[in-house]
Amino acid sequence: MQRTYLGELMKAKWSLLQGFITTMEISAIVIVIGLIAGMIGGLLLVYGPKPVRLLMRLYVDVLRGIPVLVLILFSYYGLALLGVNISAYTAGVVALAGFCSAHMSETFRGAIDSIPVGQTEAAKAIGLTFQQRFVYVLLPQAARRIVPPAINTAVEMVKGTTLLSIIGVLDVLLATQQTIARNYMVIEFYATAMLFYFVLNFTLSRMGAYFERRFGFIRY
Amino acid sequence: MSANPAAAATSEGAEPARNLLVARDVHKRFGKVEVLKGIDLTVTEGEVVALIGASGSGKTTFLRCINLLEEFEQGSITVDGDPVGYTDRGGSRRRLSEGRLAAQRARIGMVFQSFNLFPHMTAAQNVMLGLVKVKGMAKAEARLLADHWLARVGLADRADHYPYQLSGGQQQRVAIARAVAMEPRLILFDEVTSALDPELVAEVLGVMKDLAKSGMTMIVVSHEMLFVRDVATHVVFLDSGRIVEEGEPHAVFRNPKSERLRAFLGRFTDIIGDITAR
Repeated sequence: MQRTYLGELMKAKWSLLQGFITTMEISAIVIVIGLIAGMIGGLLLVYGPKPVRLLMRLYVDVLRGIPVLVLILFSYYGLALLGVNISAYTAGVVALAGFCSAHMSETFRGAIDSIPVGQTEAAKAIGLTFQQRFVYVLLPQAARRIVPPAINTAVEMVKGTTLLSIIGVLDVLLATQQTIARNYMVIEFYATAMLFYFVLNFTLSRMGAYFERRFGFIRY
Repeated sequence: MSANPAAAATSEGAEPARNLLVARDVHKRFGKVEVLKGIDLTVTEGEVVALIGASGSGKTTFLRCINLLEEFEQGSITVDGDPVGYTDRGGSRRRLSEGRLAAQRARIGMVFQSFNLFPHMTAAQNVMLGLVKVKGMAKAEARLLADHWLARVGLADRADHYPYQLSGGQQQRVAIARAVAMEPRLILFDEVTSALDPELVAEVLGVMKDLAKSGMTMIVVSHEMLFVRDVATHVVFLDSGRIVEEGEPHAVFRNPKSERLRAFLGRFTDIIGDITAR
Protein backbone atom coordinates (compact mmCIF):
# COMPACT_ATOMS: atom_id res chain seq x y z
CA MET A 1 0.00 0.00 0.00
CA GLN A 2 1.28 3.44 -1.00
CA ARG A 3 2.19 5.67 1.94
CA THR A 4 0.90 9.26 1.68
CA TYR A 5 2.10 12.22 3.70
CA LEU A 6 -1.40 13.05 4.89
CA GLY A 7 -2.05 9.44 5.85
CA GLU A 8 1.14 9.30 7.91
CA LEU A 9 0.45 12.71 9.42
CA MET A 10 -2.94 11.47 10.62
CA LYS A 11 -1.32 8.37 12.13
CA ALA A 12 1.30 10.43 13.94
CA LYS A 13 -0.99 13.28 14.89
CA TRP A 14 -1.26 12.52 18.63
CA SER A 15 2.44 12.06 19.05
CA LEU A 16 3.22 15.21 17.06
CA LEU A 17 0.54 17.18 18.90
CA GLN A 18 2.11 16.08 22.18
CA GLY A 19 5.45 17.31 20.85
CA PHE A 20 3.96 20.67 19.85
CA ILE A 21 2.43 21.12 23.28
CA THR A 22 5.67 20.21 25.05
CA THR A 23 7.75 22.57 22.94
CA MET A 24 5.29 25.43 23.40
CA GLU A 25 4.99 24.74 27.10
CA ILE A 26 8.72 24.59 27.78
CA SER A 27 9.37 27.66 25.63
CA ALA A 28 6.72 29.65 27.48
CA ILE A 29 7.90 28.57 30.95
CA VAL A 30 11.54 29.28 30.12
CA ILE A 31 10.83 32.70 28.58
CA VAL A 32 8.54 33.83 31.42
CA ILE A 33 11.01 32.70 34.09
CA GLY A 34 13.82 34.31 32.10
CA LEU A 35 11.97 37.64 31.89
CA ILE A 36 11.11 37.76 35.59
CA ALA A 37 14.52 36.54 36.76
CA GLY A 38 16.17 38.78 34.18
CA MET A 39 14.44 41.86 35.53
CA ILE A 40 15.44 41.01 39.09
CA GLY A 41 18.95 40.03 37.98
CA GLY A 42 19.34 43.20 35.93
CA LEU A 43 18.28 45.33 38.91
CA LEU A 44 20.73 43.52 41.18
CA LEU A 45 23.51 44.02 38.63
CA VAL A 46 22.86 47.76 38.60
CA TYR A 47 21.73 48.59 42.13
CA GLY A 48 22.68 45.60 44.27
CA PRO A 49 25.25 45.84 47.07
CA LYS A 50 28.73 45.00 45.86
CA PRO A 51 28.89 41.32 46.96
CA VAL A 52 25.50 40.64 45.36
CA ARG A 53 26.59 42.43 42.21
CA LEU A 54 29.73 40.32 42.00
CA LEU A 55 27.80 37.08 42.52
CA MET A 56 25.29 38.05 39.82
CA ARG A 57 28.09 39.02 37.46
CA LEU A 58 29.71 35.62 38.06
CA TYR A 59 26.42 33.81 37.43
CA VAL A 60 25.70 35.75 34.23
CA ASP A 61 29.19 35.42 32.78
CA VAL A 62 29.56 31.73 33.65
CA LEU A 63 26.19 30.68 32.25
CA ARG A 64 26.59 32.75 29.11
CA GLY A 65 29.97 31.16 28.54
CA ILE A 66 28.77 27.55 28.66
CA PRO A 67 27.11 25.88 25.65
CA VAL A 68 23.48 25.31 26.49
CA LEU A 69 23.73 21.62 25.54
CA VAL A 70 26.40 21.14 28.20
CA LEU A 71 24.13 22.80 30.74
CA ILE A 72 21.29 20.48 29.78
CA LEU A 73 23.42 17.35 30.06
CA PHE A 74 24.86 18.51 33.37
CA SER A 75 21.44 19.34 34.73
CA TYR A 76 20.08 15.89 33.74
CA TYR A 77 22.98 13.50 34.39
CA GLY A 78 25.11 15.58 36.73
CA LEU A 79 22.37 16.49 39.17
CA ALA A 80 21.24 12.83 39.28
CA LEU A 81 24.74 11.81 40.37
CA LEU A 82 24.66 14.52 43.03
CA GLY A 83 21.52 12.93 44.39
CA VAL A 84 19.01 15.32 42.87
CA ASN A 85 16.60 13.17 40.92
CA ILE A 86 14.53 15.14 38.49
CA SER A 87 12.74 14.20 35.29
CA ALA A 88 14.25 15.01 31.90
CA TYR A 89 11.52 17.60 31.45
CA THR A 90 12.37 19.40 34.71
CA ALA A 91 16.12 19.13 34.12
CA GLY A 92 15.64 20.66 30.69
CA VAL A 93 13.52 23.51 32.00
CA VAL A 94 16.06 24.24 34.76
CA ALA A 95 18.97 24.34 32.33
CA LEU A 96 17.20 26.47 29.73
CA ALA A 97 15.67 28.82 32.32
CA GLY A 98 19.06 29.30 33.98
CA PHE A 99 20.62 30.09 30.62
CA CYS A 100 17.77 32.37 29.60
CA SER A 101 17.86 34.24 32.94
CA ALA A 102 21.55 34.98 32.51
CA HIS A 103 20.99 36.45 29.05
CA MET A 104 17.92 38.41 30.12
CA SER A 105 19.73 39.79 33.21
CA GLU A 106 22.43 41.18 30.98
CA THR A 107 19.81 42.64 28.63
CA PHE A 108 17.99 44.37 31.50
CA ARG A 109 21.25 45.62 32.98
CA GLY A 110 22.36 47.10 29.68
CA ALA A 111 19.01 48.77 29.11
CA ILE A 112 18.81 50.28 32.60
CA ASP A 113 22.45 51.39 32.47
CA SER A 114 22.01 53.08 29.12
CA ILE A 115 19.33 55.50 30.31
CA PRO A 116 20.87 58.93 30.85
CA VAL A 117 21.67 59.58 34.53
CA GLY A 118 19.78 62.87 34.25
CA GLN A 119 16.54 60.88 34.14
CA THR A 120 17.21 59.40 37.56
CA GLU A 121 18.30 62.77 38.91
CA ALA A 122 15.18 64.52 37.61
CA ALA A 123 13.05 61.76 39.12
CA LYS A 124 14.86 62.10 42.45
CA ALA A 125 14.46 65.87 42.33
CA ILE A 126 10.65 65.69 42.27
CA GLY A 127 10.73 63.36 45.26
CA LEU A 128 10.10 59.94 43.71
CA THR A 129 11.25 56.95 45.75
CA PHE A 130 13.48 54.22 44.31
CA GLN A 131 10.54 52.00 43.32
CA GLN A 132 8.64 54.90 41.78
CA ARG A 133 11.68 56.00 39.80
CA PHE A 134 12.08 52.50 38.44
CA VAL A 135 8.42 51.89 37.60
CA TYR A 136 7.46 55.27 36.17
CA VAL A 137 10.69 56.66 34.76
CA LEU A 138 13.32 53.99 34.07
CA LEU A 139 11.35 50.89 33.10
CA PRO A 140 9.19 52.53 30.38
CA GLN A 141 12.35 53.90 28.77
CA ALA A 142 14.30 50.69 29.27
CA ALA A 143 11.45 48.63 27.74
CA ARG A 144 12.14 50.00 24.31
CA ARG A 145 15.78 48.92 24.56
CA ILE A 146 14.93 45.57 26.12
CA VAL A 147 12.49 44.40 23.43
CA PRO A 148 14.87 43.67 20.52
CA PRO A 149 17.49 41.65 22.45
CA ALA A 150 14.82 39.96 24.60
CA ILE A 151 12.98 38.76 21.49
CA ASN A 152 16.30 37.48 20.15
CA THR A 153 16.85 35.51 23.34
CA ALA A 154 13.28 34.19 23.25
CA VAL A 155 13.75 32.92 19.70
CA GLU A 156 17.03 31.28 20.70
CA MET A 157 15.25 29.58 23.60
CA VAL A 158 12.56 28.13 21.31
CA LYS A 159 15.32 26.73 19.13
CA GLY A 160 17.16 25.56 22.25
CA THR A 161 14.24 23.36 23.28
CA THR A 162 15.20 20.99 20.45
CA LEU A 163 18.32 20.07 22.44
CA LEU A 164 16.07 18.53 25.09
CA SER A 165 15.24 15.73 22.62
CA ILE A 166 18.73 14.43 23.40
CA ILE A 167 17.81 13.69 27.02
CA GLY A 168 14.51 12.19 25.92
CA VAL A 169 12.02 15.02 26.30
CA LEU A 170 9.31 14.35 23.76
CA ASP A 171 9.31 17.69 21.97
CA VAL A 172 8.52 18.42 18.33
CA LEU A 173 11.91 17.24 17.18
CA LEU A 174 11.84 13.91 19.04
CA ALA A 175 8.23 13.27 18.00
CA THR A 176 9.25 14.01 14.41
CA GLN A 177 12.24 11.68 14.60
CA GLN A 178 10.07 8.90 16.01
CA THR A 179 7.56 9.40 13.21
CA ILE A 180 10.31 9.29 10.59
CA ALA A 181 11.69 6.10 12.15
CA ARG A 182 8.37 4.45 11.38
CA ASN A 183 7.73 5.73 7.87
CA TYR A 184 11.09 6.94 6.51
CA MET A 185 9.44 10.14 5.15
CA VAL A 186 12.48 12.20 6.09
CA ILE A 187 11.93 15.28 3.95
CA GLU A 188 8.19 15.60 4.59
CA PHE A 189 8.33 15.38 8.35
CA TYR A 190 11.48 17.41 8.91
CA ALA A 191 9.86 20.05 6.69
CA THR A 192 6.79 19.89 8.90
CA ALA A 193 8.94 20.43 11.97
CA MET A 194 10.77 23.31 10.28
CA LEU A 195 7.48 24.94 9.38
CA PHE A 196 6.32 24.67 12.99
CA TYR A 197 9.48 26.27 14.39
CA PHE A 198 9.46 28.94 11.73
CA VAL A 199 5.85 29.94 12.39
CA LEU A 200 6.44 30.06 16.14
CA ASN A 201 9.59 32.16 15.88
CA PHE A 202 8.24 34.39 13.13
CA THR A 203 5.26 35.17 15.36
CA LEU A 204 7.64 36.09 18.19
CA SER A 205 9.62 38.37 15.88
CA ARG A 206 6.46 40.11 14.68
CA MET A 207 5.40 40.62 18.30
CA GLY A 208 8.79 42.17 18.94
CA ALA A 209 8.40 44.50 15.97
CA TYR A 210 4.97 45.51 17.27
CA PHE A 211 6.34 46.39 20.71
CA GLU A 212 9.23 48.28 19.15
CA ARG A 213 6.75 50.41 17.24
CA ARG A 214 4.62 50.76 20.34
CA PHE A 215 7.55 52.30 22.24
CA GLY A 216 8.91 54.10 19.17
CA PHE A 217 7.58 57.47 20.30
CA ILE A 218 10.21 57.63 23.03
CA ARG A 219 12.82 59.90 21.52
CA TYR A 220 15.52 62.05 23.02
CA MET B 1 22.30 88.68 54.61
CA SER B 2 19.43 89.92 56.73
CA ALA B 3 20.44 93.41 55.66
CA ASN B 4 19.52 92.47 52.13
CA PRO B 5 16.95 95.04 50.95
CA ALA B 6 14.99 92.71 48.64
CA ALA B 7 14.73 89.99 51.25
CA ALA B 8 13.68 92.49 53.87
CA ALA B 9 11.06 93.92 51.52
CA THR B 10 9.31 90.56 51.16
CA SER B 11 8.78 90.42 54.89
CA GLU B 12 7.27 93.94 54.86
CA GLY B 13 9.80 94.98 57.48
CA ALA B 14 7.43 93.74 60.18
CA GLU B 15 9.41 90.67 61.16
CA PRO B 16 12.84 89.63 59.96
CA ALA B 17 12.83 87.27 56.95
CA ARG B 18 13.18 83.65 57.99
CA ASN B 19 16.30 81.71 57.21
CA LEU B 20 15.21 79.09 54.71
CA LEU B 21 18.54 77.47 53.94
CA VAL B 22 21.54 77.37 56.20
CA ALA B 23 24.72 75.67 55.00
CA ARG B 24 27.56 75.30 57.48
CA ASP B 25 31.10 74.27 56.64
CA VAL B 26 30.14 71.98 53.75
CA HIS B 27 33.02 69.84 52.50
CA LYS B 28 32.90 67.55 49.50
CA ARG B 29 35.53 65.36 47.90
CA PHE B 30 35.71 63.54 44.60
CA GLY B 31 38.32 60.93 45.45
CA LYS B 32 41.41 62.86 46.51
CA VAL B 33 40.23 66.18 45.15
CA GLU B 34 38.41 68.40 47.63
CA VAL B 35 35.92 70.37 45.53
CA LEU B 36 34.12 72.12 48.39
CA LYS B 37 36.33 73.40 51.17
CA GLY B 38 33.88 74.65 53.75
CA ILE B 39 30.91 76.48 52.28
CA ASP B 40 28.82 78.67 54.60
CA LEU B 41 25.70 80.19 53.16
CA THR B 42 22.42 81.47 54.54
CA VAL B 43 19.43 82.08 52.29
CA THR B 44 16.35 83.83 53.61
CA GLU B 45 12.85 83.37 52.29
CA GLY B 46 12.15 85.12 49.01
CA GLU B 47 15.80 85.66 48.17
CA VAL B 48 17.32 84.97 44.76
CA VAL B 49 20.90 83.89 45.33
CA ALA B 50 23.20 83.59 42.34
CA LEU B 51 26.29 81.36 42.52
CA ILE B 52 28.93 82.49 40.07
CA GLY B 53 32.45 81.36 39.37
CA ALA B 54 34.63 79.65 36.80
CA SER B 55 33.88 76.06 35.86
CA GLY B 56 35.36 73.76 38.45
CA SER B 57 34.87 76.30 41.21
CA GLY B 58 32.32 74.03 42.93
CA LYS B 59 29.12 76.01 42.39
CA THR B 60 27.19 73.23 40.65
CA THR B 61 28.50 70.65 43.13
CA PHE B 62 27.31 72.77 46.04
CA LEU B 63 23.91 73.22 44.41
CA ARG B 64 23.61 69.44 43.97
CA CYS B 65 24.53 68.89 47.62
CA ILE B 66 21.46 70.88 48.66
CA ASN B 67 19.10 68.11 47.51
CA LEU B 68 21.69 65.39 47.99
CA LEU B 69 22.23 64.55 44.35
CA GLU B 70 25.81 64.73 45.62
CA GLU B 71 26.75 63.33 48.98
CA PHE B 72 28.94 65.52 51.17
CA GLU B 73 31.29 64.29 53.84
CA GLN B 74 31.31 67.11 56.34
CA GLY B 75 29.19 70.04 57.42
CA SER B 76 25.44 70.45 57.34
CA ILE B 77 22.73 71.94 55.18
CA THR B 78 19.33 72.63 56.69
CA VAL B 79 16.26 73.60 54.71
CA ASP B 80 13.46 75.04 56.84
CA GLY B 81 15.29 73.78 59.91
CA ASP B 82 15.36 70.20 58.61
CA PRO B 83 18.90 68.82 58.12
CA VAL B 84 19.25 67.58 54.54
CA GLY B 85 20.50 64.06 53.89
CA TYR B 86 22.05 63.15 57.21
CA THR B 87 21.17 62.90 60.86
CA ASP B 88 23.48 63.19 63.78
CA ARG B 89 22.89 60.36 66.21
CA GLY B 90 25.11 60.46 69.23
CA GLY B 91 27.91 62.08 67.29
CA SER B 92 27.80 59.68 64.35
CA ARG B 93 26.60 61.00 61.04
CA ARG B 94 24.07 58.78 59.28
CA ARG B 95 22.51 59.05 55.88
CA LEU B 96 18.74 59.34 55.95
CA SER B 97 16.55 56.56 54.58
CA GLU B 98 15.50 56.68 50.92
CA GLY B 99 11.95 57.56 51.99
CA ARG B 100 13.02 60.51 54.15
CA LEU B 101 15.34 61.73 51.39
CA ALA B 102 12.56 61.55 48.81
CA ALA B 103 10.28 63.57 51.09
CA GLN B 104 13.00 66.21 51.53
CA ARG B 105 13.69 66.39 47.82
CA ALA B 106 9.99 66.90 47.10
CA ARG B 107 10.24 70.19 49.01
CA ILE B 108 13.26 71.35 47.01
CA GLY B 109 12.73 71.90 43.30
CA MET B 110 15.50 71.57 40.76
CA VAL B 111 15.91 72.54 37.13
CA PHE B 112 18.81 71.06 35.17
CA GLN B 113 21.10 72.25 32.42
CA SER B 114 19.99 69.41 30.14
CA PHE B 115 16.24 69.75 30.97
CA ASN B 116 15.90 66.01 31.78
CA LEU B 117 12.24 65.84 30.84
CA PHE B 118 10.85 62.30 30.82
CA PRO B 119 10.79 61.49 27.08
CA HIS B 120 7.94 58.97 27.33
CA MET B 121 5.56 61.52 28.83
CA THR B 122 3.85 64.59 27.42
CA ALA B 123 4.57 68.01 28.88
CA ALA B 124 1.48 67.77 31.10
CA GLN B 125 2.35 64.24 32.23
CA ASN B 126 5.85 65.40 33.13
CA VAL B 127 4.35 68.03 35.43
CA MET B 128 1.71 65.66 36.80
CA LEU B 129 3.99 62.75 37.75
CA GLY B 130 5.23 64.24 41.01
CA LEU B 131 1.84 65.68 41.87
CA VAL B 132 0.12 62.30 41.53
CA LYS B 133 2.80 59.92 42.82
CA VAL B 134 4.48 62.07 45.47
CA LYS B 135 1.71 64.41 46.59
CA GLY B 136 -1.06 61.85 46.08
CA MET B 137 -3.20 64.24 44.09
CA ALA B 138 -6.07 62.92 41.94
CA LYS B 139 -5.20 62.86 38.24
CA ALA B 140 -7.88 65.37 37.23
CA GLU B 141 -6.75 67.82 39.88
CA ALA B 142 -3.09 67.35 38.90
CA ARG B 143 -3.98 67.97 35.27
CA LEU B 144 -5.65 71.27 36.16
CA LEU B 145 -2.56 72.33 38.08
CA ALA B 146 -0.27 71.18 35.25
CA ASP B 147 -2.31 73.19 32.76
CA HIS B 148 -2.16 76.19 35.06
CA TRP B 149 1.64 76.10 35.35
CA LEU B 150 2.20 75.31 31.69
CA ALA B 151 0.08 78.38 30.88
CA ARG B 152 2.17 80.42 33.33
CA VAL B 153 5.33 79.51 31.39
CA GLY B 154 3.58 80.27 28.09
CA LEU B 155 3.02 76.69 26.93
CA ALA B 156 -0.74 76.24 27.30
CA ASP B 157 -0.94 74.95 23.73
CA ARG B 158 1.91 72.46 24.15
CA ALA B 159 0.56 70.49 27.11
CA ASP B 160 0.03 67.32 25.09
CA HIS B 161 3.30 67.46 23.16
CA TYR B 162 6.15 65.08 23.84
CA PRO B 163 9.54 66.59 24.73
CA TYR B 164 11.03 65.78 21.32
CA GLN B 165 8.30 67.88 19.73
CA LEU B 166 9.40 70.96 21.71
CA SER B 167 12.30 73.38 21.26
CA GLY B 168 15.03 73.52 23.89
CA GLY B 169 13.59 76.67 25.40
CA GLN B 170 10.13 75.14 25.56
CA GLN B 171 11.50 71.97 27.16
CA GLN B 172 13.27 74.00 29.80
CA ARG B 173 10.09 75.93 30.55
CA VAL B 174 8.23 72.63 30.99
CA ALA B 175 11.00 71.57 33.37
CA ILE B 176 10.50 74.78 35.35
CA ALA B 177 6.73 74.17 35.45
CA ARG B 178 7.42 70.61 36.66
CA ALA B 179 9.54 71.95 39.53
CA VAL B 180 7.25 74.85 40.49
CA ALA B 181 4.05 72.80 40.42
CA MET B 182 5.33 70.78 43.39
CA GLU B 183 5.21 74.03 45.42
CA PRO B 184 8.74 73.60 46.73
CA ARG B 185 10.19 75.79 49.49
CA LEU B 186 13.02 76.72 47.17
CA ILE B 187 14.15 75.93 43.62
CA LEU B 188 17.67 75.19 42.46
CA PHE B 189 18.61 76.23 38.92
CA ASP B 190 21.73 74.59 37.53
CA GLU B 191 23.00 76.55 34.51
CA VAL B 192 19.57 76.21 32.98
CA THR B 193 20.33 78.30 29.90
CA SER B 194 23.77 76.89 29.06
CA ALA B 195 22.46 74.24 26.68
CA LEU B 196 20.16 76.62 24.83
CA ASP B 197 20.59 78.42 21.54
CA PRO B 198 21.15 82.13 22.24
CA GLU B 199 17.76 83.15 20.86
CA LEU B 200 16.01 80.79 23.28
CA VAL B 201 17.77 82.00 26.42
CA ALA B 202 15.54 85.06 26.90
CA GLU B 203 12.30 83.09 27.14
CA VAL B 204 13.67 80.94 29.94
CA LEU B 205 15.20 83.87 31.82
CA GLY B 206 11.86 85.67 31.46
CA VAL B 207 10.05 82.84 33.21
CA MET B 208 12.67 82.82 35.98
CA LYS B 209 12.32 86.57 36.41
CA ASP B 210 8.54 86.17 36.87
CA LEU B 211 9.12 83.44 39.44
CA ALA B 212 11.56 85.62 41.36
CA LYS B 213 9.02 88.45 41.37
CA SER B 214 6.37 86.13 42.78
CA GLY B 215 8.57 85.66 45.85
CA MET B 216 9.93 82.19 45.12
CA THR B 217 13.22 81.49 46.88
CA MET B 218 15.78 80.57 44.25
CA ILE B 219 19.40 79.53 44.14
CA VAL B 220 20.77 80.01 40.65
CA VAL B 221 24.03 78.83 39.14
CA SER B 222 24.42 81.01 36.06
CA HIS B 223 26.81 82.59 33.64
CA GLU B 224 24.14 85.09 32.56
CA MET B 225 25.68 88.07 34.36
CA LEU B 226 23.05 90.59 33.27
CA PHE B 227 20.34 88.32 34.64
CA VAL B 228 22.29 87.89 37.87
CA ARG B 229 22.75 91.65 38.15
CA ASP B 230 19.07 92.43 37.55
CA VAL B 231 17.29 89.57 39.29
CA ALA B 232 19.53 88.22 42.04
CA THR B 233 19.25 89.73 45.50
CA HIS B 234 22.55 88.27 46.55
CA VAL B 235 25.51 87.08 44.55
CA VAL B 236 28.11 84.58 45.75
CA PHE B 237 31.44 84.17 43.98
CA LEU B 238 33.11 80.79 44.39
CA ASP B 239 36.67 79.96 43.54
CA SER B 240 38.39 76.58 44.08
CA GLY B 241 35.70 75.35 46.43
CA ARG B 242 35.51 78.44 48.66
CA ILE B 243 33.27 81.49 48.82
CA VAL B 244 35.61 84.33 47.98
CA GLU B 245 33.18 87.23 47.88
CA GLU B 246 29.47 87.82 48.28
CA GLY B 247 27.00 90.65 48.52
CA GLU B 248 24.45 92.70 46.65
CA PRO B 249 25.07 92.20 42.90
CA HIS B 250 25.60 95.83 41.88
CA ALA B 251 28.02 96.41 44.71
CA VAL B 252 29.91 93.18 44.08
CA PHE B 253 30.13 93.80 40.35
CA ARG B 254 31.12 97.46 40.74
CA ASN B 255 33.76 96.94 43.41
CA PRO B 256 35.17 93.45 43.25
CA LYS B 257 37.58 93.19 46.16
CA SER B 258 39.51 90.11 45.13
CA GLU B 259 41.79 89.77 42.15
CA ARG B 260 40.09 86.47 41.20
CA LEU B 261 36.64 88.06 40.93
CA ARG B 262 38.01 91.02 39.00
CA ALA B 263 39.60 88.63 36.50
CA PHE B 264 36.42 86.54 36.32
CA LEU B 265 34.19 89.55 35.69
CA GLY B 266 36.71 90.94 33.22
CA ARG B 267 36.01 88.00 30.93
CA PHE B 268 32.33 88.96 30.78
CA THR B 269 33.02 92.68 30.36
CA ASP B 270 34.95 91.80 27.22
CA ILE B 271 31.82 90.25 25.73
CA ILE B 272 28.85 92.19 27.07
CA GLY B 273 30.41 95.50 28.12
CA ASP B 274 30.31 97.03 31.57
CA ILE B 275 27.96 94.84 33.61
CA THR B 276 27.64 97.44 36.33
CA ALA B 277 26.19 99.97 33.88
CA ARG B 278 22.41 100.37 33.92
